[in-house]
Amino acid sequence: MATLTPTGSQVHDLLAQRRLPWWNTAAVAAISVAIAGLFALTTPISGTAGTAVTALLTFMVVQTAVSTAVEGRRYAVDRLATTLLVGALVAALIPLVSILLTVLLRGLHALDPSFLTSTMRNVSPRKPGGGIVHALIGTIEQVAIAAAIGIPLGILAAIYLVEFGNRSRLARTVSFFVDVMTGIPSIVAGLFVYTALVLTVGLERSGFVGGVALSILMIPVVVRSTEEMLRLVPRDLREASYALSVPKYLTVLRVVLPAASTGIITGSMLAVARVTGETAPLLLTTFLTQSINANPFSGPQASLPTFVWDQIGSGTTASVDRAWAGALTLIVLVMILNIGARGIARLSRVK
Amino acid sequence: MRITTPTRALGIALALGLSLALSACGGSSGTTAKSDINCTTGAIKASGSTAQKNAMADWINAYQSACPDATIDYQAIGSSAGITDFKNNQTAFAGSDSALKPEDAPGADARCKTGKAINIPMVGGAITLAFNVSGVDSLTLTPAVIAGIFNGSITKWDDTKIKALNSGVSLPSASISAFHRSDGSGTTDNFTKYLAATAPAQWTYGNAKEWKAPGGLGAKGNDGVAAAIKSTDNAIGYIELSFAQDAALKVASVDNGAGAVEPTSQNAAAAITKATRAGTGNDLKLNLDYTIKEANTYPIVLVTYEITCQKGLPSKDLALTKSFLTYTASDAAQNGLTDSGYVPITGDLLTDVRSAVASLA
Amino acid sequence: MPSSLIERPVDGPSATPPAVTTTRRADRNFAGLARGSGIAVLIIMAAIGAFLLWKALPALQANTAPFLTTSQWFPDDPAPRFGIAALAFGTLLSSLIALAVAVPIGVGVALYTAHYASRRIAPVLGYIVDLLAAVPSIIFGLWGLQVLMPNSKGLWRWLDQHLGFVPLLRNDLDSYTRSVALAGTVLAIMVLPTVSAISREVFMQVPKGHLEAALALGATRWEAMRTAVFPFSRPGVVSAAMLGLGRALGETIAVALILSATFAINWQLTEPGGNTFAANIALKWNEAGSVGLGALIASGLVLYIITFAVNMAARVVVERRREFSGAN
Repeated sequence: MATLTPTGSQVHDLLAQRRLPWWNTAAVAAISVAIAGLFALTTPISGTAGTAVTALLTFMVVQTAVSTAVEGRRYAVDRLATTLLVGALVAALIPLVSILLTVLLRGLHALDPSFLTSTMRNVSPRKPGGGIVHALIGTIEQVAIAAAIGIPLGILAAIYLVEFGNRSRLARTVSFFVDVMTGIPSIVAGLFVYTALVLTVGLERSGFVGGVALSILMIPVVVRSTEEMLRLVPRDLREASYALSVPKYLTVLRVVLPAASTGIITGSMLAVARVTGETAPLLLTTFLTQSINANPFSGPQASLPTFVWDQIGSGTTASVDRAWAGALTLIVLVMILNIGARGIARLSRVK
Repeated sequence: MRITTPTRALGIALALGLSLALSACGGSSGTTAKSDINCTTGAIKASGSTAQKNAMADWINAYQSACPDATIDYQAIGSSAGITDFKNNQTAFAGSDSALKPEDAPGADARCKTGKAINIPMVGGAITLAFNVSGVDSLTLTPAVIAGIFNGSITKWDDTKIKALNSGVSLPSASISAFHRSDGSGTTDNFTKYLAATAPAQWTYGNAKEWKAPGGLGAKGNDGVAAAIKSTDNAIGYIELSFAQDAALKVASVDNGAGAVEPTSQNAAAAITKATRAGTGNDLKLNLDYTIKEANTYPIVLVTYEITCQKGLPSKDLALTKSFLTYTASDAAQNGLTDSGYVPITGDLLTDVRSAVASLA
Repeated sequence: MPSSLIERPVDGPSATPPAVTTTRRADRNFAGLARGSGIAVLIIMAAIGAFLLWKALPALQANTAPFLTTSQWFPDDPAPRFGIAALAFGTLLSSLIALAVAVPIGVGVALYTAHYASRRIAPVLGYIVDLLAAVPSIIFGLWGLQVLMPNSKGLWRWLDQHLGFVPLLRNDLDSYTRSVALAGTVLAIMVLPTVSAISREVFMQVPKGHLEAALALGATRWEAMRTAVFPFSRPGVVSAAMLGLGRALGETIAVALILSATFAINWQLTEPGGNTFAANIALKWNEAGSVGLGALIASGLVLYIITFAVNMAARVVVERRREFSGAN
């Protein structure tokens, strides 16, 4: 870029650049808000959202103008870019904060101790009360089944890619399809497991079938995170092990995996967190019930996501309240898994 | 809303939770015998009509509270899916918004092995035209106008045809969002039967469980349509009275030729009692007269049936099915329907329903 | 490479023969197990396509209407008629809206986090975005339905009244809920963390030296971004956008809760209506008869093929651009 080759005058500019004072941003912001307020009072562009947008646009125009006049075009563009980036950040945070706050407030409103200790058995969709024990039991069992299938398979596939694949054609193909698999829509995973296990094998819709569907979604996440961690293990470590005549499988199991263990655990927990909130595959592969069914292999079994779906569907005040309380429970569960995973990662780093 | 005070509701919830805990411990000592419930034990599954979902939920709650050792799971998955489940031996009975069709009968009879499948009317309903138009509290419609709204020929709320029926109501000049069921449904079937019978000139799409007219907006289930109307300005849709009440939606009166009639339980019960029998013996399939022109008779009604085997239910299911249906046909259960926006079965028909249930073997 | 190293202890004079064979067998078994797991991934991917096709075929054969161009869904009629035209339309449109909103914002957030935010704030921002990527889709749906829908009516009405001359924004129904535009907005919020997190990773991998060199030469921060960061990270950002697209195309629950399911191709985005592959499957699943189930599976197969292609393309773009930027 030409701009990176400073000419004599530009070098002078750099050393004795006329810059806007530090209070400029605040001043321009105040002016913009004032102008937007004026607009809100005098034109149809009003309301919180409209005023905010006007203020932002005014800010960009005024600051670009001031900056161009004082500092020159390059710095004006720089400031405009910064404003846009901050704007993007704010635009992203608004819905996200709104979601978390709403779930928290509306969830707490409907959540009482009995919600965590009772089921929906004998609770009319139109009356308050009831709870999610049956759904919690189902979710824990279904996710455990998914983890029991998905995590070992994922870790082994990652070991193949890093330790044995040797960038062979097969390894590159597997690696490629792991990436593609990450993008499988969750409902397609549900359809697949339904066609394979229910329509073909003849199993009934159950918690187990749901767990298998979830495992399909876990595998690529586990493979990718494990692969990443294994690649971080220094080659010296492996070579030291080989030099001591330790065979390869033991090197992998005793040296490489332990070195990468916290990373793998973190990745696996994140994969578990991802599938805990999945609704779509469970809608296809399990049957909802209002009562406890601790047997994932037979009969209808509830889960937290399908519980929330069912309560939204009933559409009464009481059931929508329950949906929010269920959503809060679900989000807390997912966040505990997430934060726990990151906590483990951090703890190990301290060591 | 019909919700009792929160504390009382909480108390009920706790009591139910407690009774659940007791039953889970295997203790039947907590059984409170109710005069009209003859308890039995076991577990049955049933599935079908979403229209009777709320009635079933209330009945099952009452029954299970009286009989903690019994579990009845009713999955409101739609009438057609319910009949499929029943044919495939998955359930003890199916809830359906219409009687078994001739093409479904052989499969249902085959499932019953030694007996035949019968239709037992258990819950009546009124299909209301619920609307959400700000500033409009009451609305009267005729069959021709309803058909016009749902076939897309009447598109504005201030259309002269609607205005003519509603002098004194300030109708906005807004477009009508007409909601129908996006899933197959007996409610759609009955509603389109009504339109085909009363407004053949405007309604040329016949009757079916699937919505066949072009245009309009879809939503899933009675509850889904109710929620959609509630959240959409200038919307109208056809839903069961009980769902309109739950969602606190305003409902239109229908002029059947003998004056405007409000969709109430009483007015709908009047239409159901005038239905003629189409089945023989204990098969109580009904023919509804949609063109009825009488005062205080709400014409858009439906009857939902429980379809089960008169003979041939597996013995493990029979006792509980019979005991439960005996309860649902009792005065206590039927009278409770009115409160939740359903229409009870009354008179001779109710007597026949009871003898049909008694004949299950 | 390790594979040559591993032979050394085995061939070495110190190794005793029995130990060698057990070690070799264990080694081979373990390698086989790992290889098998890798191959399992390929088998699953192939099996998904095969099973869906197999179970969809009877319904497709029973269909009396062209599957690709019909926008009706009556698979359980005596003469089944169903097709995916309206589903494909709604799926692509809602996803494109999502991308149009999410990519600029997501990339902006990523750039800010990676190169603008202070060292103390940056990890916090990254952490927040990561946590939000973990919010289950049913919660986005519930929020979209109960919070965004009532609060965004004003925006859609404003667009209709002031920009209604653009056909996409015109609204002739006077109701501004349950629209494709609303679903697209919720999808945008859902894919934003995906786009942002991947872009951030890419931006952070920019060689520090390049960036510092640019700044040292007197470039403004933005100029440094343009000269040192963007060329390096373009393929990564493209792939982030495509992965976001993949997520939007297949999203089920949030869309199913928000859209008012219709089978019409309607370009007026703020009007209620629309449908997507995934939402239609979830909504019609329980009520479907035997042909209906097959029809839904067939539409799921189409969704699988589309997302497969998008994800493959994302990957190919990265590979090709990587070579290109490597040559620079």
